[in-house]
Amino acid sequence: MKICGPKLSLCGLIISVWGIIQLVLMGLFFYINSVALIEDLPIDEEFNSVEEFYTAATSAYNQNAYNCWIAACIYVLTLLLSAQQFYVNSRATAN
Amino acid sequence: MGSLFRSEEMTLCQLFLQSEAAYACVSELGELGLVQFRDLNPDVNVFQRKFVNEVRRCDEMERKLRYLEKEIKKDGIPMLDTGESPEAPQPREMIDLEATFEKLENELREVNQNAEALKRNFLELTELKHILRKTQVFFDETVPTVSYNTSSSTATFKSRWRYGRRQMADNQNEDEQAQLLGEEAGVRASQPGQNLKLGFVAGVILRERLAAFERMLWRACRGNVFLRQAMIESPLEDPSNGDQVYKSVFIIFFQGDQLKTRVKKICEGFRATLYPCPEAPADRREMAMGVMTRIEDLNTVLGQTQDHRHRVLVAAAKNLKIVRKIKAIYHTLNLFNLDVTQKCLIAECWVPVLDIETIQLALRRGTERSGSSVPPILNRMQTFENPPTYNRTNKFTKAFQALIDAYGVASYREMNPAPYTIITFPFLFAVMFGDLGHGTLMALFGLWMIRKEKGLAAQKTTNEIWNIFFGGRYIIFLMGVFSMYTGLIYNDIFSKSLNIFGSHWHVNYNKTTVLNNKHLQLNPSTVDYEGEPYPFGMDPIWQVATANKIIFQNSYKMKISIILGVIHMIFGVSLSLHNHTYFKNRNAVLYEFIPQLVFLVMMFFYLALLMFIKWNRYAATNSPPYSAGCAPSILITFIDMVLGNTPKTPLEGCESYMYAGQSLFQSLFRFIALCCIPVMLLGKPLKIIQARRQANRQNLTGATSDAEVGMTNGTAGGGAGHGGGGDNHEEEELSEICIHQGIHTIEFVLGSVSHTASYLRLWALSLAHAQLAEVLWNMVLSIGLRQEGWTGGIMLTIVFAFWAILTIGILVLMEGLSAFLHTLRLHWVEFQSKFYKGTGYAFQPFAFDQIIENGGTPAVEGAE
Repeated sequence: MKICGPKLSLCGLIISVWGIIQLVLMGLFFYINSVALIEDLPIDEEFNSVEEFYTAATSAYNQNAYNCWIAACIYVLTLLLSAQQFYVNSRATAN
Repeated sequence: MGSLFRSEEMTLCQLFLQSEAAYACVSELGELGLVQFRDLNPDVNVFQRKFVNEVRRCDEMERKLRYLEKEIKKDGIPMLDTGESPEAPQPREMIDLEATFEKLENELREVNQNAEALKRNFLELTELKHILRKTQVFFDETVPTVSYNTSSSTATFKSRWRYGRRQMADNQNEDEQAQLLGEEAGVRASQPGQNLKLGFVAGVILRERLAAFERMLWRACRGNVFLRQAMIESPLEDPSNGDQVYKSVFIIFFQGDQLKTRVKKICEGFRATLYPCPEAPADRREMAMGVMTRIEDLNTVLGQTQDHRHRVLVAAAKNLKIVRKIKAIYHTLNLFNLDVTQKCLIAECWVPVLDIETIQLALRRGTERSGSSVPPILNRMQTFENPPTYNRTNKFTKAFQALIDAYGVASYREMNPAPYTIITFPFLFAVMFGDLGHGTLMALFGLWMIRKEKGLAAQKTTNEIWNIFFGGRYIIFLMGVFSMYTGLIYNDIFSKSLNIFGSHWHVNYNKTTVLNNKHLQLNPSTVDYEGEPYPFGMDPIWQVATANKIIFQNSYKMKISIILGVIHMIFGVSLSLHNHTYFKNRNAVLYEFIPQLVFLVMMFFYLALLMFIKWNRYAATNSPPYSAGCAPSILITFIDMVLGNTPKTPLEGCESYMYAGQSLFQSLFRFIALCCIPVMLLGKPLKIIQARRQANRQNLTGATSDAEVGMTNGTAGGGAGHGGGGDNHEEEELSEICIHQGIHTIEFVLGSVSHTASYLRLWALSLAHAQLAEVLWNMVLSIGLRQEGWTGGIMLTIVFAFWAILTIGILVLMEGLSAFLHTLRLHWVEFQSKFYKGTGYAFQPFAFDQIIENGGTPAVEGAE
């Protein structure tokens, strides 16, 4: 079954591969609480105590790590989809 | 030695070719592609040359081949491009070729005509088939639709027809016409004098004309005709132009001959094709059968015609190259001179000295092939003309050489900047483009093109942008790799930092301090800083130092770019030494190279040195006068040095100078640099005047040895035009030399200031790139990351795709292009102005490869 053309499937292929690699790595970095990524956490600016901040930050880090991995998994799906489409398209042009 | 550092040594040769052997020899030389012929009869009109006739015949053959090629393309036959090119055939084979092409062309025309006729036939039959099929439906369909009153005397034409139709359907085995007539007669018995014959015509019309057709019929016949139509679903092929057209079948019922003629005229007017359609269903069925068999027959015939056409075309496809070669050879032969005896042709050509052997071998092969006994003679000639510049390149160096040649083709045997550009170009690009992520993307793209090189090169496209990318694949790859390196140095990967070795800064504040203060500083003089720098590149701590990250990086990148620029320029000036020594230009070494180098070193290399001294001497841990607060501004120091100002009184406990005797050294350097200017300005002109006087005196005494004078003057002329002879150097005006030298000096002195400043673009672009990457991350990807809860994953997927596309589009493509252009400028202006003249002209050898690739006439212009 053909859904998208050769260019779109190639684009999907490239972005999926890139997305899988980068998002898996980013998930890893969130998981080990990388300081460089602290600005990208969904947490408030103000906290009353240090402990409160730590718990919020840790849970946000973990949440973001899982979100990254979820996104990576979705990209695995799009990778499979675009790979199949790419295959269909290349078959179509070969014939 | 053939090297990339200088262009090939060239020599002008005279070539004597025996008339019979000339063709074969030139053919061999064309395969070789190492010889540039000069036009020896530039005054002769194109139509008066010797081999005009042959060229015309080739043109005619080419025209035929183009026709064949067009037909081949139309049929979608793959033109087999095996990469190998057949040798140019003997001149006597040309007649055969001509005959073959003539035959092919005629054959093809005939086949085309036949095919068209067959197709027209086919179209008619298909239309007839559709008519028969559709009208059958018209005739059959009406049974259940009509509720009809037989006694109605006011029945319309329509219902009368319907009635008739019903009867027909009821009594299919009977003669319809008779039935219809009988019925009509029965019904219409009370209305005598009416023409009771109900006729019909059937045909096919273009679908878009149908509406107008229907209205026209209605109006012209005052509603007395009845039209039924049905669409033909599948498109039909128009035989005249091969377009796919949609048509409709129609059938018109009418009464009487007058209406019949009218209807027929209207049909004609609308270009509808009418087909005879038998009235009896049995006849129709029979006819349909007949049509079907005829269509099948026609299909086989058409298939065979197509095959035949295919075969004819395939046979023609490979001949195109040969004719181009023949034509090129005759074009070249037209450039030659006939000698008086008409027995031999004389050619003049530029030849790389290293390749004379191979050329002679090729000539010998040519003579053998032509069966001639007299060997061709290749004679080296003395000339005062400037030979063309020929740089041997391979697929790797070709792109870099193209960058240089785009500015100006090197003068003959001048230093070629291309080999140095191979390193400096990607490096300076990377300084501006430094980002590990973007560099990786670029390098991967380049690597892919390099790996798939053969396949990609084979599918020649006319897409200009793609061709540019593909031509520069090695540059792109190197730029990507170098950007990865500088990205690691800047510690930037998509604007984020990597903490590979662990930051060497530590936060030693206690909890309450951190909680109560908005801004906190880490002091490098305390235990906050380990004292050892981060092992490789920028410390990742700067990623979180939002307040002064840019301030710190600006200072660092600005200094780096000046240091790189000064080194690059000094390198450029030292390359000019190689030029001067190669051309044995002692005056230029003494009065141009040395003062230039001294000037540059005294002023700008010293500036770079000051930066190192400052980095080395001042530290936060030091006590005054070498503490952080005491460090002087390099820029102010340098301005003070040039203007001779005494520096402002420093802060308490600091010193205004970085090292002992700085003031003395600076005045000394300034003095030396200033002294260099008059040397540059006057040194060479004075020397030339002196040499001329001496020469004149010697001329008077009779001893003529102006070889050396000619040499020095010749190079003093510099970029001035070298006309024909070598003697016009002597006449060069003294004032011209002085003006030229003055311009050159001013250009260098002012240029060294402005060029140094120009290298600051390295800093500016790298800053802009880093900031843009950061903005893109914060504005786009952060949206996906800052989503709370589990929906974030899906959101992140979408946002990431956006971010990835923007990264490619803006940061890699657009920023990459801008960094590329700035790098190009730095090479063309700042680097090459120090040593490169670029006033040569390129060597354009007579080569079949190029002629076939360009597809046009060969470049036959001579050395002029």
